[in-house]
Amino acid sequence: MAIKYVGLSEINGPLVVLDKVKNIGFDEIAKIKLDNGGERLARVVQIDGERAVLQVFEGTKGLSLTNTEVKFEGKPMELPLSTEILGRIFNGAGKPIDGLGDIYADKSADINGKPLNPVSRVYPRNYINTGISSIDALTTLIRGQKLPIFSGSGLSHNKLAVQIVRQAKIAEESGQGFAIVFGAMGVKNDVADYFKRSFEETGVLQKVVMFLNLSNDPIIERTLTPRCALTAAEYLAFEHNMHILVILTDMTSYAEALREFSSSKGEIPGRKGYPGYLYSDLASLYERAGVIEGASGSVTQIPILTMPNDDITHPIPDLTGYITEGQIVLDRNLDATGIYPPVSVLPSLSRLMKDGIGEGYTREDHSAVSNQLFASYARVQDARALASVIGEEELAPNDKAFIKFGVLFEKYFLKQDFTDNRSIEETLDLGWALLSTLPITELDRVDEEHLKKYYDPSKAHDYIK
Amino acid sequence: MNKIYSINGPVVKVKDTKDFSMLEMVYVGNKKFIGEVIGITDELTTIQVYESTSGLMPGEPVYSTGDPMSALLGPGIISNIFDGIERPLQKLAEISGAYIDDGTNVSSLDVDRKFDVTILTNVGDILKAGEIFASCPETPIIVHKSMLSPFIKSGEVIWVAENGKYTINDTIIKIKNEDGEIIELTLAQKWPIRTPRPCVERLPINRPLITGQRIIDTILPIAKGGTAAIPGGFGTGKTMTQHQLAKWCDADIIVYIGCGERGNEMTQVLEEFSELIDPKTNRPLTDRTVLIANTSNMPVAAREASIYTGITLAEYYRDMGYHIAIMADSTSRWAEALREISGRLEEMPAEEGFPAYLPSRLSEFYERAGYVKTLSEKEGSVTIIGAVSPQGADFSEPVTQNTKRFVRCFWALDKSLAYARHYPAINWNDSYSEYVDDLSDFYNENVNKDFMSVRQEISNILVQENTLMEIVKLMGTDVLPDDQKLLIEVARIIRVGFLQQNAYHKDDTYVPLEKQYLMMIVILKLYEKSKELVSLGVTMDTILETDVFDKVVKMKYDIPNDKPELFEEYITTINEAFEKLKANN
Repeated sequence: MAIKYVGLSEINGPLVVLDKVKNIGFDEIAKIKLDNGGERLARVVQIDGERAVLQVFEGTKGLSLTNTEVKFEGKPMELPLSTEILGRIFNGAGKPIDGLGDIYADKSADINGKPLNPVSRVYPRNYINTGISSIDALTTLIRGQKLPIFSGSGLSHNKLAVQIVRQAKIAEESGQGFAIVFGAMGVKNDVADYFKRSFEETGVLQKVVMFLNLSNDPIIERTLTPRCALTAAEYLAFEHNMHILVILTDMTSYAEALREFSSSKGEIPGRKGYPGYLYSDLASLYERAGVIEGASGSVTQIPILTMPNDDITHPIPDLTGYITEGQIVLDRNLDATGIYPPVSVLPSLSRLMKDGIGEGYTREDHSAVSNQLFASYARVQDARALASVIGEEELAPNDKAFIKFGVLFEKYFLKQDFTDNRSIEETLDLGWALLSTLPITELDRVDEEHLKKYYDPSKAHDYIK
Repeated sequence: MNKIYSINGPVVKVKDTKDFSMLEMVYVGNKKFIGEVIGITDELTTIQVYESTSGLMPGEPVYSTGDPMSALLGPGIISNIFDGIERPLQKLAEISGAYIDDGTNVSSLDVDRKFDVTILTNVGDILKAGEIFASCPETPIIVHKSMLSPFIKSGEVIWVAENGKYTINDTIIKIKNEDGEIIELTLAQKWPIRTPRPCVERLPINRPLITGQRIIDTILPIAKGGTAAIPGGFGTGKTMTQHQLAKWCDADIIVYIGCGERGNEMTQVLEEFSELIDPKTNRPLTDRTVLIANTSNMPVAAREASIYTGITLAEYYRDMGYHIAIMADSTSRWAEALREISGRLEEMPAEEGFPAYLPSRLSEFYERAGYVKTLSEKEGSVTIIGAVSPQGADFSEPVTQNTKRFVRCFWALDKSLAYARHYPAINWNDSYSEYVDDLSDFYNENVNKDFMSVRQEISNILVQENTLMEIVKLMGTDVLPDDQKLLIEVARIIRVGFLQQNAYHKDDTYVPLEKQYLMMIVILKLYEKSKELVSLGVTMDTILETDVFDKVVKMKYDIPNDKPELFEEYITTINEAFEKLKANN
């Protein structure tokens, strides 16, 4: 028999305090009933003897010290799950908001998840073909990877995410197909709508589970959104063997919500006011990507975050980069010159690609091409820096060749139409065509064999008109 | 009975008790989570819990154990994978599946496995602390030696078991100490993880840890028993460098601590190390490796402990006379765990929110490295190589700065090198090694008597290039006189042909010292000959037209590690090509 506690002792931002409570557990969920019939969810975040601090997911608006009744549920926050969730839309706390009624649950799972035992993981090796040259060739996405997009306000990260969803090809030989879990945290209504419409247009809507916490929704709910999304993803991947692509946007809003909650709780702040546990907290989300033994499904994450002031050293992108297996960085200058997707090649990286490319996966020359493109494009930056001081005319012939290569690379390799879906062969051949515009002596990352097979200045003209 | 009073994340408090001592290990709650006492006041005892406290209630019991947080040391450690408080992850997976359940208490070491034990002492012998009394093969290449724990007073052996098969819990020896107490000894012992294991004395550090990585062995060497830090922003290759060192360095045993890092990385280590064959022993690398994996999503308090668990295991094997290398990836995550717990304790923060005791904790850790004479009169060493992940890749942050004070080798990873895919991305201008002088005798005696002077010439070229580059950045290379153009060209060969090393190439992934030396010789020969030509008025363009420079850049791939005699041909080629140019001039 659950005890009901009438009234509160303190209200502070999203937090309420109850006195004289007994037998409640840390992290436990409570229901708060208001006088006017409204009901809200809350979670225990601190216990001192008989004093408990609760965070209210829907906010404390309208709560007073006397008009409430609190009932503890005796368990942490759980999400009801079944394969019916495909095609449904939920709010940030996992409640259906599409008017189609509650989920008939197959099981319920704790949204906090549990740490995955490293020995039960399978090292991810299978690549996902996104049809986007800059990603496929240079920062290959691997099944079970967490590869964030570091973007800035106003850049085309959403468009890129939609293109990835539309074009992503997952080999069908294993698992029960492919589905998308979409978690929106503090995004504008338009953005959520854009994704919804795009999923509809591409005909994948029946394969999408959406969790929406819009920018005017309560912040505590926002801290639950990615957890609900990942719980749903893990369920589909590991119990129903599906390949799940999780898109989380915008991680910056999530971290802001965490900061707001932390400061109202009176915690000692770490860097830039973010709580000291921001790293562990982000890790508890990102580390939920992967492939595990005994299941043929996978969870792949593409978190999107907008870097405040385009600063990659800001705590949010910084800590994210230390947890995720690489990053795709978007660049404002490329965007301004009309290059879509504006992938900034040099700081972008996929840590898992080395084992998921090459013979048997993509093509045997893949790693050589990508290394050489990286190295040559790095030379382009040096040559450009020099040209900006002494003028392009004064450059040595080699540097001039690099300047030319840089322009072609951006125009033909990076730039790609929203509907252009390139196969891996096309992408790699294009890479060789571009490299063939450089003198052969400048290609020091590829061995003789590949040079003989692929280096061909005459072919460069066929590709690059 | 002591009961939980308050709970806040991993920090639990008990009210009004005097039963606990500082740093004591305790069991918390009905599920008996492992915890450690980290603060005691009149009123409250503070405990950090090594598991998720979700669902824990005030009023649940807290049990005292009377012992500090300890590691179980005995045969069965090598090849195993543990979490931060030495729980065997393989075993946990068998019990609770792919996800780690809370409150699963299992013995750190396999209690059923029998080892082939040889007793090394006789009845009547006096057994002193640290002395070895039994040995057993642990893996095909590591012999485990059981020692009398330094905590136990020396005594006379009064009973020994027959040689044969025993588990870690079987009594194999009994001793009687001066007080008449009889103590039963097994293959295993316990040791508190935060206390360094004693040794007779520290020996001077003068032998290198040979890694097969050119930039490290030649330019920035590390000694056995030394300390090194690898700082670098994300994506600069810290983990990759540590993997390379773990695979190839000439330590007997590797302790790899994945502290707050990625789960997939640990899986990769597990997979790769069981497939890779160590050329020196012809056995998989797992036969000499212990993994400690406390990934970023595992409990934060256990992350803090993982570093100490790792170094305790290392010291234990050092005491048997082995050379151990510890890879700690990453110490910044450990420092952040300290910060996180310190924040929960509401301690006054110092710089960047880190607790004021960060430097003293760092120094306590790094000071446990060393080359020592053990209590059993053997020589052993512990080398610590710690990765540092500076916030925002800014080396002025507190963890990097404080680490710099306690390590003698600093391998700074550079973003722009990593962007250009120059690996290992160790920046030769920002990095240093204080071991160069200590090790020069070894290199000169064991590789070649000129080794150190040749190395110096190579680094001089790099230093000169660095100065020249400032001009080049402003005006381009075209304006330089030919001798400076030559210097830049030779420096490029050193950078691309020597410092850059391909971890995926069968020969280039590990290069013996002899080959490293000969490569430098060829490069310097090329420089010397070209300089001669330039002084005769031959232009750089003419010199570059011969393909000698390209050939030298690729020698790291073209000359197999076991054919050093091929270097002679390179010297001949250089001589011939340049004689021809001279004649044409």
